[in-house]
Amino acid sequence: MILAALAFYLFAAIAVAAGAMVIGARNPVHSVLYLILAFFNAAGLFVLLGAEFIAMILVIVYVGAVAVLFLFVVMMLDINFAEFRQGFHQYLPVGGLIGLILLVELLLVVAGWNLDPDMLSLAAAPTPAEITNTHAIGQVLYTRYIYLFQAAGLILLVAMIGAIVLTLRARTGVRRQSIAAQLARTRAEAVELRKVAPRQGI
Amino acid sequence: MSWTSAFAPVLPEIWLAAAAMALLLLGVFQKEDPFARISRLAVGALAVTFVLVVGRDDGRVAAFDGLFVVDEFARFMKGLVLIGSALAIVLAEDWLVKERAQRFEYPVLVLLATVGMMAMISANDLVSLYVGLELQSMALYVLAAFQRDAVRSTEAGLKYFVLGALASGMLLYGASLLYGFTGTTGFEPMAARLREANQLPLGALIGMAFLIAGLAFKVSAVPFHMWTPDVYEGAPTPVTAFFAFTPKIAAMALFMRTMMTPFGDIGPAWQQILVVLSIASMGLGAYAAIGQDNIKRLMAYSSIGHVGYALVGLTAGTGEGLRGVAIYLAIYLAMNAGAFAIILGMRRRGQAVEEIPELAGLAKTEPLTAAGLAVLLFSLAGVPPMAGFFGKFYVFMAAVNAGLFVLAVLGVLASVVGAFYYLRIVKLMYFDPPAEPFERPMPGAVGAVAAASALFTLLFFAWPAPLVAGAEAAAQALLRLP
Repeated sequence: MILAALAFYLFAAIAVAAGAMVIGARNPVHSVLYLILAFFNAAGLFVLLGAEFIAMILVIVYVGAVAVLFLFVVMMLDINFAEFRQGFHQYLPVGGLIGLILLVELLLVVAGWNLDPDMLSLAAAPTPAEITNTHAIGQVLYTRYIYLFQAAGLILLVAMIGAIVLTLRARTGVRRQSIAAQLARTRAEAVELRKVAPRQGI
Repeated sequence: MSWTSAFAPVLPEIWLAAAAMALLLLGVFQKEDPFARISRLAVGALAVTFVLVVGRDDGRVAAFDGLFVVDEFARFMKGLVLIGSALAIVLAEDWLVKERAQRFEYPVLVLLATVGMMAMISANDLVSLYVGLELQSMALYVLAAFQRDAVRSTEAGLKYFVLGALASGMLLYGASLLYGFTGTTGFEPMAARLREANQLPLGALIGMAFLIAGLAFKVSAVPFHMWTPDVYEGAPTPVTAFFAFTPKIAAMALFMRTMMTPFGDIGPAWQQILVVLSIASMGLGAYAAIGQDNIKRLMAYSSIGHVGYALVGLTAGTGEGLRGVAIYLAIYLAMNAGAFAIILGMRRRGQAVEEIPELAGLAKTEPLTAAGLAVLLFSLAGVPPMAGFFGKFYVFMAAVNAGLFVLAVLGVLASVVGAFYYLRIVKLMYFDPPAEPFERPMPGAVGAVAAASALFTLLFFAWPAPLVAGAEAAAQALLRLP
């Protein structure tokens, strides 16, 4: 038990520190790297809660896709981040005050939270005992909710078609790789054997 | 239950989705311009789907644990939607080629939007409602911006997307409140919970109001109509036609099922909301259209008004009212298809024109087209003996029989005001000096749609029985609560 508590405080402390560094770091690329660190620690917290599926999804989707996408955006767009930061100290007191008020309000709300003791029994699909929660999600996702799962897939297909329809332009004068032409080349076309006499060159 | 029988109710949707994907692959791999062929094949796929939908006759079947339901109502509405989608592809072909926007994704996106609409019509759960709605909307956002080199079209797509996302947010907020206060997302269990509760939970009432706001956005009822005129004006004309007569039917069908199944027993709670939506839509549709010079914008306000009239029937909430809405939607589809066919034929010197004064004196240059458009406009205004009159007649009768006298009287008054702007175009065509003639001949398919639609509208009174019987069966299916 003490190990779990230690792990919790470790993950939580690193996650909070990394979160602070995301907004504190001078270099935006470092910010994204701190964001990835925060995601990893949040995933660790989910593992401690026994939600290993969400933990893995967090790593795969947020670290693998979203954060890398951020990294691309930060590196490819030429944004002057130093300009954004101007006046940071000037606005710090007001911003800090608003943040503090929000924090206090959140704490008050969460402290006053009263959970129904038999809340878990009301779940639409209670987690069966003895199997991992990835297994349990799979059991309902691909049976009861297969229709919704497939329809969501169709929505993603439409989004992909839409992105291509609205942005893809066939440009002329582009040199493209033609694998067939490359493979059809024979040795005779590509290589020439010359006899080179000494001290004369070709 | 074997897996084949579990999937049988969704066979039409599976077929249509698979056909859309097959056409997508065909379009990508075909060397020469695939647009014409893909369009034809897409219409064929819709025809097969129509046979699959209408050919089955096995009463009410629920699939996937009640997420999806097929009944007479679903069959009727899906039939209308499939006809509407096929017409949108047929009408678009020539126009898109002339505007050099003939990319094969247009028919594919229309097919995928149709899958979404069919999912909406059969939705029997808040989650399947949302998923169907998003599938349809996502395809429509892209279609609105389809002419990506035209600023107007891009603007229309972006506006529609941003406001549509807002509406989805409201709808989801309402759905989450309903789930929280009834403990279920299924329509039938929700109806049972609301029936058992001796007093309607306040949270469920607020959730229902948000849900109605989201749905009202999708059918463009006032005060959630702001996007309609801009999107209709900016989108390419065939897409505007599609928006006007197909997604609206699907959204209205979804609205009807959502009001009748989970909230069937708490009618008075939502009736007052719908009365306001309906009166505001009829009023705005009638007054705001008067000042319009762009015919697509005019049709946008006209469609807002027509949604108001259809909502009159839903507000009544009786079998008669629902039958009225079903008839109204069918006639609305027929009238708008013809009107938009003629609008699509308005071209001069290789340019599409959309200002109303361009129609001046059409009766001198093209008496037949002018007569067809006049019939359609009289019908849209609700002048007997055109079909549009019967549509209005059935919903107003239902409202009177349900005791909603004020609503019925205001509706009749609004339709009198609305008649002005339809008749203004008729006056322009018949009594003003002729403008330069349009490019002729009209493309064969477009002319045929216009002629068929005008004939249907003109001769509907002679043989209304099949449509009325179909609508009656649909309304009864929706009323029979399990």
